[in-house]
Amino acid sequence: MDINSFNRVGTNIRKAGFLIVLFYLLVVLIMKFLEANNFFGYSFSMLSNDIFAPPSLNHFCGTDRLGRDVCLRTLQGSSLAIEVVFLAILFSLSLGLPLGLLSGYFGGFFDKCLSLIMDTIFSIPVILLSVVVAFVLGKGILNAALALCIVYSPQYFRLIRNQTILVKSETYVEAAQVAGADVKKIIFKYILPNVITPLPILLTLNAADAVLVLGSLGFLGLGVPADVPEWGSDLNLALAALPTGIWWTALFPGLAMFFLVLGLSFIGEDLEEIFDNQNSE
Amino acid sequence: MSRNLNKILNYSLLKICLIPIMLWIISSLVFILLRVAPGDPVDAILGSGADDVSREFLRNKLGLNEPLINQYFSYIKNILHLDFGQSLSTQEPVLNIILKSLPASLELGFFSILSAALIGFPLGLIGLKNRGKKTDYIARILGIATYAIPPFWGAMLAQLLFSVFFNISPIGGRFPIFQQQPQITGFLVLDSILSNNIIALKDSLYHLALPSITLGFLLSGIFTRSLRVNLGKTLKSDYVDAALCRGISRGKIFLNHALPNALLPIVTISGLTMASLAGGALLFEVTFSWPGIALRLHEAISQRDYTLVQGIVIFTSMLIVSLNLLVDILIAYLDPRIEY
Repeated sequence: MDINSFNRVGTNIRKAGFLIVLFYLLVVLIMKFLEANNFFGYSFSMLSNDIFAPPSLNHFCGTDRLGRDVCLRTLQGSSLAIEVVFLAILFSLSLGLPLGLLSGYFGGFFDKCLSLIMDTIFSIPVILLSVVVAFVLGKGILNAALALCIVYSPQYFRLIRNQTILVKSETYVEAAQVAGADVKKIIFKYILPNVITPLPILLTLNAADAVLVLGSLGFLGLGVPADVPEWGSDLNLALAALPTGIWWTALFPGLAMFFLVLGLSFIGEDLEEIFDNQNSE
Repeated sequence: MSRNLNKILNYSLLKICLIPIMLWIISSLVFILLRVAPGDPVDAILGSGADDVSREFLRNKLGLNEPLINQYFSYIKNILHLDFGQSLSTQEPVLNIILKSLPASLELGFFSILSAALIGFPLGLIGLKNRGKKTDYIARILGIATYAIPPFWGAMLAQLLFSVFFNISPIGGRFPIFQQQPQITGFLVLDSILSNNIIALKDSLYHLALPSITLGFLLSGIFTRSLRVNLGKTLKSDYVDAALCRGISRGKIFLNHALPNALLPIVTISGLTMASLAGGALLFEVTFSWPGIALRLHEAISQRDYTLVQGIVIFTSMLIVSLNLLVDILIAYLDPRIEY
């Protein structure tokens, strides 16, 4: 009885998470479509708007200090966030996964060195490392994704390497080795499918974290160029206006960021719980 | 017993030997990122529109005209002497700047962890007591939600609410600008106590309260979660059942048996929190204009002060990596069950 109700709570959390993320994807699609059809007449409306107008029927979330519509900026920000985070996670997966597989399978000196390097990178605070990379590479969507990629690839490396070492000693892998299967086949057919099960947890939790780090970079004045709508840099502009009691420029981009992170974390948390339960059974 | 102690000693020695290696990797990594990666540091500092004369001047000043390998050796040599060069904007040695702003950051960090524990543990206990019920559900969602709030945004909301609308807290800074700060160690709360200055103590706590409680609230999710998971596991273990069968009351079991055993992983996680604390505090300092290391980093970034950015990043990373390793050793001493 207890367990059942607890599982139901878990399912609800996951459902809510999926709904939130789906909503964001939908927003991105709609915004891309409208932008492609030049629906907003963006530059024109910006000049005729009042600056720092409070929320009204004309502008649901008010306008910022350049007279841009906060609602529109916030919605546009979601497409950038999802784009950069997707790229970053893709890069770090394609760097961490093969290295972790090879390092875990072959072991030896190479494995020791690589592990030490990756562990070191892993222990540097995420924001510090991404700040350096973003500072060096300059602003740009691809650069921001690279800055995040360097931060997250050690996590994939560690996970895959440790899993590979576990799976490597399983009987079926040893049987394949004895039977004379070549290394390529063992890695791809026997090891790879068995080490990637915990990946979805890390993927979603990292995506959630990456949204936060991307926002932090923007807040510090790094990351994407100033003309691209991005939540973090919008919030930095809002910070200057905060003491005068202008709350709408600060509230809405942050809310957008919060819900995206929340949705992704909900999914990740619940996947983790499922995975833990499976393992303990 | 002595064999065990020997093992721990070996382990500690191994870990301590690891510190310099990891520090070397960090500094090399930063060097590679800053010098070898595409993108000229001169471009990063001056922007791409600068003329050739000033570019050449800066190249010579930073030693960029020397062969890369020489640059690397002099860079490592300087770091070994804790010499991070001079700030490009103020010409002050970078180490001085860091040491001047470090106490402010540490003070904020200490009080934040304190309030995180004070908020997080009771929440975790409440959740655990009502396991599977609505309260647990709410505590769990609150735990995830505090993690999902972007730290700098949470700080902005707190400012908006308590400083702008209710006007019960200063909007930023560490001390009233027009007053003389007590100067002994750089830790204002400690200094005020040492110099017996009640007014200064009141002022510094008044400035400290909002940032540290807000950051503590945002970090409390980690504490709630670790308490819930670890204590939950411990309460399910056989020796708790055995104690129950012997007729020992639940409260006694909880205090004498379960809590001490669950506390250790919590210490571990609190130690690991420091890294994420450093990340969160970084942006907190910017929002609250808290004159710590991260505010200097923010200034350095906007002034494109290359050496200061490099110095702050290396110093802070080294500090945190060393702290993490020390926490590992501490845990090995505390818990004889840990395998290493």
